[in-house]
Amino acid sequence: MSTPKIRIRGLKKSFGEKIVLDGVDLDVMAGTGLVVIGGSGTGKSVLIRSILGLVTPDAGVIEIDGEDVLRAPARRARELRAQIGMLFQNGALFDSLPVWENVAFGLLAERRVARRDARAKAIEVLAQVGLAESVAGLSPSELSGGMQKRVALARAIASAPAIMFFDEPTTGLDPIMGAVIDGLIVDCVKRLGSTSIAITHDMASAQRIGDMAAMLYNGRVEWSGPAPSLLTETNPVVAQFTHGRAEGPIKMALRK
Amino acid sequence: MNFILGVIAAIGAACLGVVALLGELVIFAVAGISHIFRPPFYPRLVGRSLMEIGFFSLPVVALTALFTGMVLALQSYTGFSRFNAESAIASVVVLSVTRELGPVLAGLMVSGRAGAAMAAELGTMRVTDQIDALSTLSTSPMKYLVTPRLLAGVIALPLLVAVADILGVMGGFIVATWKLGFNPNVYLISTFANLRAGDVVSGLIKAAVFGFIIALMGCFNGYRSKGGAEGVGAATTAAVVSASILILALDYILTQILFVK
Ligand SMILES: Nc1ncnc2c1ncn2[C@@H]1O[C@H](COP(=O)(O)OP(=O)(O)O)[C@@H](O)[C@H]1O
Ligand SMILES: [Mg+2]
Repeated sequence: MSTPKIRIRGLKKSFGEKIVLDGVDLDVMAGTGLVVIGGSGTGKSVLIRSILGLVTPDAGVIEIDGEDVLRAPARRARELRAQIGMLFQNGALFDSLPVWENVAFGLLAERRVARRDARAKAIEVLAQVGLAESVAGLSPSELSGGMQKRVALARAIASAPAIMFFDEPTTGLDPIMGAVIDGLIVDCVKRLGSTSIAITHDMASAQRIGDMAAMLYNGRVEWSGPAPSLLTETNPVVAQFTHGRAEGPIKMALRK
Repeated sequence: MNFILGVIAAIGAACLGVVALLGELVIFAVAGISHIFRPPFYPRLVGRSLMEIGFFSLPVVALTALFTGMVLALQSYTGFSRFNAESAIASVVVLSVTRELGPVLAGLMVSGRAGAAMAAELGTMRVTDQIDALSTLSTSPMKYLVTPRLLAGVIALPLLVAVADILGVMGGFIVATWKLGFNPNVYLISTFANLRAGDVVSGLIKAAVFGFIIALMGCFNGYRSKGGAEGVGAATTAAVVSASILILALDYILTQILFVK
């Protein structure tokens, strides 16, 4: 069996008293798309932030291409993580920069494109997410939510990353725009042959973008398997979540 | 007894908190400074910060300095005329402005304007994940966001204070000649007669330190902010309050160090 592109073992993270991840194990094989599902606040974002190095886990192993990024020298860890493109939950576009500079940001930072060619390159990438040249000079705040998501997607894929993370790519969009974004994600991932992890609450979305699925519950992976079998799964936790039932093992904590 | 222990525990916890925060601040400052010497460099961002801290603060600082010089001339006249020492007014104005009031008032005004804006901008970038996005795009947020602002602060404040010095003296000159009946030539001559290069330089050194403090507190508080819009507001307030207090405290220390008779 070949090495997984991403391999996670015993990943733990607490914030103060609050245990968020309590021994997560996960494998993502090269070229496959994994969808991670789970209730709000179960640590899905913390999980991918740990892989990106934005959160420092308390314990565990995170391997990319078989190398442990948590124990590798800082420089090597940066190199391994540089192959990840990330679409943040709310886009996280730089509002001080025009759309084209947002899209070309990573390419410019890695000196893979000269400044004078950056705009043309950005327009090329924008076209891949269905945006016209006319938006290139606009500020992100001038765009609708769906367009911002597209720009954020363009920024994430501009450097053709071998790994892509999508944090709730369709949350906050109408169902049609959600389907469009899912379609773009699938296109990009297929075209680049990338490995991907997508977080979602949306079962339709999970079916569209995932080959495999994993459900996070109580700080661990409660269930994992092929994405299509999510809908027929009999595990009570998974079934309650996928069918959106109030009754079941998952008790929603009463929030203040 | 329990009450007393509780109070002691609370004081101890507060002290530990302060020490931990100071440690974080020092680490943050060292990281920000260390990036000055390591490529890539962002001259365009330094330029942009210079505009924000320096150029756009010019009107505020200029007005503050002008009125301060004017008030200084008027107030010292009240006092000095009782000892027939009116001729000392020019010296008092120029020395107070260059050594003390120029740097301190410019520092306080800029911290309210540019320091607050920095904290708000970085705070917003933090809570909207833009700072995290930078690091996923092969860019060090410290180098990209903090270092250019620190540099710009250190460069901009002395320039602003140089302007403040000139306008402060001008304010004193206007009041002295128009309102108090001084001869313009005599006033100007006694202004420069007692002024040494060291007076101006010590003021400019203070300004550079204050510029660093303003940018550091703006960046530090913004960078660490959390919890949405409320957190950004708190960071902004903390940036201005901490920078202002540090400016006044450091002003005393620097005056002592740079003290010339
Ligand atoms: N930087 C942080 N500091 C403190 N608590 C955090 C931090 N990041 C996340 N958390 C907490 O961890 C839990 C999981 O968060 P998250 O991973 O964002 O959930 P989700 O599964 O909805 O993406 C939440 O309860 C959140 O409050
Ligand atoms: Mg999340």
